[in-house]
Amino acid sequence: MALLELRDVEASYGPLKALHGISLVVDEGQAVAILGANGAGKTTTLRAISGTVQTSGDIVFDGKRIGRRAPESIARLGIAHVPEGRGIYGELSVWENMRLGGVVRRDRNGMKQDVERAFGYFPRLRERLKQQAGTLSGGEQQMLALARALVSRPRLLLLDEPSLGLAPVIVREFFRIIRALNQEEGLAVLVVEQNAKIALASVQHAYLLEVGRVALDAPSTELEKHEGVRASYLGY
Amino acid sequence: MANFFQHVIAGLANGGVYATLALALVLIHRATGILNFAQGEMGMFATYIAWSLINSRGLTYWLAFTITLALAFLGGAAVHQAAIRPFSHRSELTVVLVTIALLGIFNGAAGWIWGPEEKFFQSPFPLRVFDVGGVVINEQDLGAIGVSLACVAVVFALFRYTRLGLQMRASALAPETSRLLGIRVVPMLSIGWGLAAMLSAVAGMMAAQALVLSPNYMLLVLTYAFAGAVLGGIDSPIGAVVGAYTLGVGLSLLSEYVPSLGSSLQLPVALAILVLVLLVRPAGLFGRVVVRRV
Amino acid sequence: MTQRVTTLAAAAALLVLLPVTVSHFHSYQLALVGIYFIAIIGLNVLTGYSGQISLGHGAFMAIGAYTTAILSVNYGVSEYWTIPCAGVITGLFGFAFGFPARRLSGVYLALATFGLAISIVLVAKRFDHFTGGTPGKVLTLPSSPIGALSTQVWLYTLTWSIAIVTLAAAWLALRGRFGRSLRALRDAPIAATAFGVSVGRFKTVAFAISAFYAGVAGALFAIAIAFVNPDTFPVSLSILLLTGAVLGGLGSLGGMLFGAFFIEFVPLYAARVNKSAPSLLYGLILIAVLYALPGGAAGLVDQVVRVFRRASTRLERI
Repeated sequence: MALLELRDVEASYGPLKALHGISLVVDEGQAVAILGANGAGKTTTLRAISGTVQTSGDIVFDGKRIGRRAPESIARLGIAHVPEGRGIYGELSVWENMRLGGVVRRDRNGMKQDVERAFGYFPRLRERLKQQAGTLSGGEQQMLALARALVSRPRLLLLDEPSLGLAPVIVREFFRIIRALNQEEGLAVLVVEQNAKIALASVQHAYLLEVGRVALDAPSTELEKHEGVRASYLGY
Repeated sequence: MANFFQHVIAGLANGGVYATLALALVLIHRATGILNFAQGEMGMFATYIAWSLINSRGLTYWLAFTITLALAFLGGAAVHQAAIRPFSHRSELTVVLVTIALLGIFNGAAGWIWGPEEKFFQSPFPLRVFDVGGVVINEQDLGAIGVSLACVAVVFALFRYTRLGLQMRASALAPETSRLLGIRVVPMLSIGWGLAAMLSAVAGMMAAQALVLSPNYMLLVLTYAFAGAVLGGIDSPIGAVVGAYTLGVGLSLLSEYVPSLGSSLQLPVALAILVLVLLVRPAGLFGRVVVRRV
Repeated sequence: MTQRVTTLAAAAALLVLLPVTVSHFHSYQLALVGIYFIAIIGLNVLTGYSGQISLGHGAFMAIGAYTTAILSVNYGVSEYWTIPCAGVITGLFGFAFGFPARRLSGVYLALATFGLAISIVLVAKRFDHFTGGTPGKVLTLPSSPIGALSTQVWLYTLTWSIAIVTLAAAWLALRGRFGRSLRALRDAPIAATAFGVSVGRFKTVAFAISAFYAGVAGALFAIAIAFVNPDTFPVSLSILLLTGAVLGGLGSLGGMLFGAFFIEFVPLYAARVNKSAPSLLYGLILIAVLYALPGGAAGLVDQVVRVFRRASTRLERI
């Protein structure tokens, strides 16, 4: 059952066309990766979904067309977009950042449960509640961004380059949590990554983008074995 | 010694008015990055509305005060939607000019509707004086200090402890990220403008009891409020408030102990302080320094 | 090229013929237009070309006017000689202000200049032994040295001759390296520094030049009105000057002509409706122009000319 579907989506930044007709599908409870080199259009694809860039073509989420909606309204439908660079509020405390994740929630009790769950995944955050978010380490900030997204109880989680600037051991931990969220809780995930190896190990399906177009679209196990992918993106 | 305290209290009363307006300026600057030159005039216009409610419609002071605050809130939000949003992607010069244009519009409109003659605006506090150990304290001054502190406290509490306040802070800090979290950023900014307008209205009404009500009376207050805000830090609410109170007290003491300056040069002194602070430490005493070398 | 020459020739002819065809009073008003023209050319150099917002140009005019008043009343200097003096002295004040102000950017500079505008009124009132305080100074009424010309036409000739000279000077200065440096510092200050443009120096010089122009305008104003007092140059004048410059089109010297006409005539007509109407009117017009016509009148003229050219090339093809 398709949770998210993109059909021939195009997007431009002014005169520069970034997406030349992308089509992809994310099913309920599925984890999908978008791979590709710099400038391939990966971040733009996520932006197209969360409504922060103008697009043409169809974007359908949970049966509703969201291509023309404002980002706030798309977020309220259950899409949590953790942008490149994490997007946390450096000046606010850890707790305040987490509370902001709950803006879309109306049920106070449900939100409390989700906050507890988030602390379950990221116990270190509980220790640093009053600390200014900008003083956290890169890895902790990434955890905070994800925790904040979980507080909103999303249907679909969009992650943009979570491994950027982080030490390998932290990246592994992060993706372990992503796998747990996807496999144990059934959270649908769409992750954009340059680190193809760890991404493919954590998802069921993947798309390879090149210059704004889908070059390959296959289950992750197949892509791991694909000659071209191995040479260009996996390094062996 | 008694003289000293009397001047401190008078300075705090003036400082309270500047602080309330300064807080409005900081609010707007933090939310939308704009220095609103029309902030004082918006307060003036609201005060005229209060004046008509009291004098033409016979309402009691506090009822008129409350209604005026409500109208100011709506007015501030309306100004944001109608006059600021359309220019959100334009240059800094353009936006400054828009706020100058608003200054002219409110100034002219007030003069047209109510006439340019000076009017008397009553104080809600009785004309009583207390003698505390030789220091003569004016109840009206105490009232002004009390009202300004109350406003500042309410605004601080709103921002620190409420969900709405948190959303407003988030919208000001990072509007794009906030949208991704489902925060309706534009309405948050309009609410910010509404709040700032309310603060300006309070400042206007407090100032009118000491000065006279005329279309231009708030220009002076605005300049002092700017000076205080810059002194304390234009992006720091606490800083701006402290800066404004400090300025008020400082100028009051200056006028007493340095008579050659007299009261007529208080403004140029305040401005000299303003320019000095901008040159030496633009972030103000409490602000964060953002390094940008050219 | 020929288009330019014909326009200039037509303008010159108009300039010379105008006082002959209109009444003496209108000549006087046109003289004031000339004065505002000089002032806002200076403002244009500052705000339009070097991108420094100034809400205090009225203050510079005041300095020029008071210089003329003090020199001619207190020291008996002939009014006409005071004009260049006023320009130089105001220019020095501009330099003195511009020097520390070069480190202020955008809104903060606007704030500081706003403060300057408000202060000048108070300073003029305070130092009354020098400036004549609130009652001000009365100068000798202007009289035409040339018998054939009436006083008003003489004033017209005086102001417009100076206006043309200052316009030409500005045009020449802005055409070359100076103008390009100013524009670089307006549009891309960091890049400009990388290219060796000394930002601070140019900013200060721009302030000095614009103050010089305003000082000359102020001096002529004092001569024409024969009276100066603190209320002659209120904050609203500074705002009006900036509005006129914006309406004319920042970055366009020719547009300043339109701006100058606006400054002289609009408040006059608006005040007939209601004393407070002028402020209200400029505010509304300013917002409307900023929204719809950011290039001001000059921008509008450009657009119209472009439409005509496109239409005429299309006709040629048929």
